Amino acid sequence: MGILLKQHTRVICQGFTGKQGTFHAQQMIDYGTCLVGGVTPGKGGQRHLARPVFDSVAEAVHAEGAEASVIFVPPRFAADAIIEAADAGIRLIVCITEGIPILDMLRVKRHLQHCDSLLIGPNCPGIITPGEAKIGIMPGHIHQPGRVGVVSRSGTLTYEAVAQLTETGLGQSTCIGIGGDPIHGMDFVEALRRFEDDEQTQGIVMIGEIGGADEEHAAAYIRAHVSKPVVAFIAGATAPSGKRMGHAGAIISGGKGTAEAKFAALEQAGVCIEHNPTLLGVRMQELLG
Amino acid sequence: MNIHEYQAKSILREYGVSVPRGHLATSVDEAVQAASELGGRLCVVKAQIHAGGRGKAGGVRLCHDVRQVREAAKALLGHRLRTRQTGATGKVVHKLYIEEGLEIAREYYLSLLVDREAEAVAFVVSAAGGMDIEEVAASTLERILTLPVYEAPTREQTSAMAAVLGLEGAQADVFHALAGQLYHLFTACDCSLLEMNPLALTGDGMLVAVDAKIAIDDNALYRQPDIVAMRDEQEEDPKETEARQYGLNYIALDGSIGCMVNGAGLAMATMDIIQLKGARPANFLDVGGGVTVDAVCEAFRLLFSDAHVKAVLVNIFGGIVRCDIIANGLLEAIRTHPMQVPVIMRLVGTNEQEGQRIIRQAGLDVRWASDLNQAAEMAVAAAGGA
Repeated sequence: MGILLKQHTRVICQGFTGKQGTFHAQQMIDYGTCLVGGVTPGKGGQRHLARPVFDSVAEAVHAEGAEASVIFVPPRFAADAIIEAADAGIRLIVCITEGIPILDMLRVKRHLQHCDSLLIGPNCPGIITPGEAKIGIMPGHIHQPGRVGVVSRSGTLTYEAVAQLTETGLGQSTCIGIGGDPIHGMDFVEALRRFEDDEQTQGIVMIGEIGGADEEHAAAYIRAHVSKPVVAFIAGATAPSGKRMGHAGAIISGGKGTAEAKFAALEQAGVCIEHNPTLLGVRMQELLG
Repeated sequence: MNIHEYQAKSILREYGVSVPRGHLATSVDEAVQAASELGGRLCVVKAQIHAGGRGKAGGVRLCHDVRQVREAAKALLGHRLRTRQTGATGKVVHKLYIEEGLEIAREYYLSLLVDREAEAVAFVVSAAGGMDIEEVAASTLERILTLPVYEAPTREQTSAMAAVLGLEGAQADVFHALAGQLYHLFTACDCSLLEMNPLALTGDGMLVAVDAKIAIDDNALYRQPDIVAMRDEQEEDPKETEARQYGLNYIALDGSIGCMVNGAGLAMATMDIIQLKGARPANFLDVGGGVTVDAVCEAFRLLFSDAHVKAVLVNIFGGIVRCDIIANGLLEAIRTHPMQVPVIMRLVGTNEQEGQRIIRQAGLDVRWASDLNQAAEMAVAAAGGA
């Protein structure tokens, strides 16, 4: 089970023949993802990794019934790639690309209001339903099919939590990296809603970071709608104000978006907050017994 | 990326926004000459540093004649200015902007930014000009209007803002034109912030940007070559500048434990756990996903050459990053910068055995940790404890 991504989800890769696209598409295939082809404008008709290459997403949808897409194109072309996928009717768009100009993302978000597509990212590791399929760049082997949903703004910090859940034997239902950019697709609330509805998911690990108010919105949503136990960590308690901490969205500005405020909001919503990022698996195990 | 006030004003002028006449000066004589050219009467000598709060710190001086300009320039140039944004060390003033004094009737606050909640460009306006907008928000004495716009502001939108500022009639028309110019500038230059504090209403009914701050979206610099050319590296931490040239994300902090991590979230979490264990991080450092041996070598050199660093904590959870690249980078770095502080390594993920073998074979005296919790405890102990 898990959410959004299943074993038979038909996936294409935009930026298929590039270095990153090639490497990670192969990793996805090796993991068992149903990767049915890819898109590189100008290379339509060729074959790559034993799969067809198309000039456009629309052609890939028509020929292969693609439902999901993973985007590895360079930042200056990424916004148009997302819009192209949405216009072609791709249901799930996962944008890995880091460094997309923020005004480009505003344009993307306005466009998506008129589409049925769900965007994950950009600047994210992607989504994995362990044992079934992965769309993204996370190392597959650290995951294990199981009962905890993971949603995070970070990449490698998510791997840290995943490894802990694997070690405790709890495993993961689905893990989603929603990305580190200030303007992004799927947010915590959307992931929480789907995890709450998912039978396989019994608990949720949520990893936020400084900047913005996504975690505060998540806290309000959890209080009203989430019955499953949630363990949360917020990265950046020691980050200085006004400095962008690697992620474009990780910045405390005007005293807003601090880790302290986010921890407090989540705690008030009944979430099990943990200030030590190495104890997330242990905390979840205590809650799930 | 931040630019200076005088640079921001040159951009504003290009987009048709009224700014006071002014000249840049890098010496006392240039400052005096600039003041003479402005008429030798009322003028303002403004320290050009990348930090807010200059006025309260004495970095903005009103002068009534050329003699006062000379005194002000002498007092500022080459000296450190400490504002609430510079930290205790302050920033050395290398440049002054000499500007004509204006007859100001009222002062307002006006900024444009990217509103994360509304997912739009937003105007922020308040009649309380010259004050910190956070202070205004905290005091609630004056109303602050935040107005998201998806395209150039309409008449209705600019009227709402003008009303908050108390601008009517011809002045509201002037404001409408100004708002359009600013929106155009913001989007054409890929700004992340455009702030005028204060925006002044002059005696003759003009709206003039008396102070201006512009920050540009780093992700869009590739299409803003003219603005990239305005970068002033004297204003940046030299270590941060050097790191950026190698594609490293480095931010200097004031603790004793140097950190090298892959991934921004994990890098922040590593800093947090150091603090949780009772010490403080000397820096934020995310080596990024596509890191090379050269960049890792540079990262180690940065940490090893920092006199505040009493121990180095390497926390790599290799996904795209390969542990052997980290190991080879360390070997390369110690050729020129011998390890003089304890190095604690937690090196797991892609090619971890290869990475550990390289370091062991070279006979390097690093301390191995099996997980992040242990690594943090070892680093804190090695740096002299909590």
